[in-house]
Amino acid sequence: MAVATGNSFASRFGVHIAVLIFVAIWTIPTLGILVSSLRDKNQIIASGWWNSFASSTQTEAGRLPPASAQVEKDGKFVLEGNIFGDGAKRDISAFGVKSAAPTQYLAGTTADLGDGVTLQLNADGSFVMQSPKAFEGDRGQRIYYASSAPPKFTTDNYRTVLFSEGIGRSFMNSLTVTIPATVIPILIAAFAAYALAWMRFPGRALLIAVIIGLLVVPLQMSLIPLLKLYNGVGAFFGMPSKTYLGIWLAHTGFGLPFAIYLLRSYIAGLPREIMESARIDGASDFEIFVKIVLPLSFPVLASFAIFQFLWVWNDLLVAMVFLGTEADQIVLTAKLNALLGSRGGDWEILTTSAFVTIIVPLIVFFSLQRYFVRGLLAGSVKGG
Amino acid sequence: MAAQIFSAIFVIIVGVGGCVAYFWGANKLVDLIFPSRGVAGAAAIDNLRRQGLVRPWLFVGPAMIILTIYLIYPVVETLRLSFLDRGGINFVGLANYEWAFGDREFRNSILNNIIWLAVVPAACTFLGLIIAVLTDKIWWGTIAKSLIFLPLAISFVGASVIWKFIYEYRGEGQTQIGILNAIIQHFGGQPQVWISLPFWNNFFLMIILIWIQTGFAMVILSSALRGIPEETLEAAVIDGANPFQIFWKIMVPQIWGTIAVVWTTITILVLKVFDIVLTMTNGQWNSQVLANLMFDWMFRGGGDFGRGATIAIIIMIAVIPIMVWNIRQANKETGGH
Repeated sequence: MAVATGNSFASRFGVHIAVLIFVAIWTIPTLGILVSSLRDKNQIIASGWWNSFASSTQTEAGRLPPASAQVEKDGKFVLEGNIFGDGAKRDISAFGVKSAAPTQYLAGTTADLGDGVTLQLNADGSFVMQSPKAFEGDRGQRIYYASSAPPKFTTDNYRTVLFSEGIGRSFMNSLTVTIPATVIPILIAAFAAYALAWMRFPGRALLIAVIIGLLVVPLQMSLIPLLKLYNGVGAFFGMPSKTYLGIWLAHTGFGLPFAIYLLRSYIAGLPREIMESARIDGASDFEIFVKIVLPLSFPVLASFAIFQFLWVWNDLLVAMVFLGTEADQIVLTAKLNALLGSRGGDWEILTTSAFVTIIVPLIVFFSLQRYFVRGLLAGSVKGG
Repeated sequence: MAAQIFSAIFVIIVGVGGCVAYFWGANKLVDLIFPSRGVAGAAAIDNLRRQGLVRPWLFVGPAMIILTIYLIYPVVETLRLSFLDRGGINFVGLANYEWAFGDREFRNSILNNIIWLAVVPAACTFLGLIIAVLTDKIWWGTIAKSLIFLPLAISFVGASVIWKFIYEYRGEGQTQIGILNAIIQHFGGQPQVWISLPFWNNFFLMIILIWIQTGFAMVILSSALRGIPEETLEAAVIDGANPFQIFWKIMVPQIWGTIAVVWTTITILVLKVFDIVLTMTNGQWNSQVLANLMFDWMFRGGGDFGRGATIAIIIMIAVIPIMVWNIRQANKETGGH
């Protein structure tokens, strides 16, 4: 299609720039949470993630030691030490004693706090506070300081969300939901697809039409009756109504129309001669299906498996209706949604959890993109 | 947790094993009841005919049972429930529908859904088409397509967190950690709380879906573009057509059918959009949509099944024209086969 545009240098250059801009817009959002999830949590709120390789300046608050730590020196009462204690040192650029003016004095200068009290805070965090009268009270002086910290990357956020925020458990729950819900529909759909493609029976055309119709039926139509049905069945057998078995079957049901549609159009396209020669050799439909159709259909089965896997893994609605919100049932998407409510501003938790949620689909997607695209092209009538 | 993993593995084995056992066993049973081998000629032919009558139903049977329970019965039941009260017991006629069209929140949802429907499918198709055309011309087009395609694998909730981080707001003059407000502030503008801006917040939610779905449109359209015969384009170039004329007058008309498929697919997705609105605003600041409102009524105050079902029916009504068009299209394609 290179002939389609003028071949001037300017127009070719323009195409490269335009595509580059599109790629940037489409990747930067994801990059943002990946970078943020690896940053120190204090730095995430102190500077934008695009600045994460530069030192960040942040204003912190601290407290000097209480009066009990004072020593008397040359008739003056003195408090000395380092505000960072033994911890990691940062470069202090300015300090202050009022929250309204946290950077009133430059680091290294001596601040006059009135009544002859002076305070000096150096860049390395060491301080000297002097007073002609003895310090009182068991709470030390409040101080504020602006410090710049070198870029700091850490995997602490991942440790936190996986083990103490419950994301690790939800990850297991998501796997528990997704794998059976991906495997079970395949065989059921494959048999039906074969029958609809190669067997003659009354009502076949109607069945195909019904399945194509069901492709676009909104999930919303099923939710309330199924919720009632599950509650009824649960009450009848004295079991909880929200179970893994329930959601496996629900996802199987919701995935079947697409599975049958996709597999049928592929199986119908297999060469007629193979089927007929097998039939002449005396093979039954069952043998033809198992020995010829199934092996030949591997690519489309893989396509469907990827679709169903991504769809179930990424689903929120079905999980919220058919599974509970306790730790032993909550899936990743529902957990992430819950965290958005309870940990609204804690971006280190949210970005990391989001990345854990999307990493599996991204791996599946990148490693099996070929099959995914094939399924997309074959089944693009589907409502999604 | 160990029990949970064990039960999942158990289910895979039982599920797959059960399916295999059913299909194999049922098939054997048919062979036993209507033997076609080792019986006299006429009887064998008779039995083969009987087998041919029964076997298709054995193959489609399990799928039909599941489809009936999970999709066909619920459609009928939802329609019935929409004429009943909140508990699904007493008949209330059209009261739920009357309520819906008088309800401020419902009308707001309808209005928002119409805006979503007007904007998102058009934006995705248009952007997807442009990117497909552009990436076809450059050597690194495949990589570019992969990257633009990538958000399609991300869940709506994950995408919402990603974009919430972009829209993050801090007071004026503070360090902005959301990239959108940082850019605005860098150029001297006022940072905004994007997701609560009246009316415009809808568009900031739509951007998320456009970001996800453009890759879908791009892939489908890109493959359709490759199907355009090279000679047509060459002829147009020889006749002196400029790139814009080629795009609008040659390429677009040739792939019109595919554009329609992409458009309707995204339209259906938009009608059902739920996760994005739930996680970004939960319908606050006049950003409610039908699917989220329906979910809300399913559980609000113990759940109002009548009203929830009514909203589902209204989503369904919007889908029906597309459904009919799909079935017609498929009938045309498959023809006799």
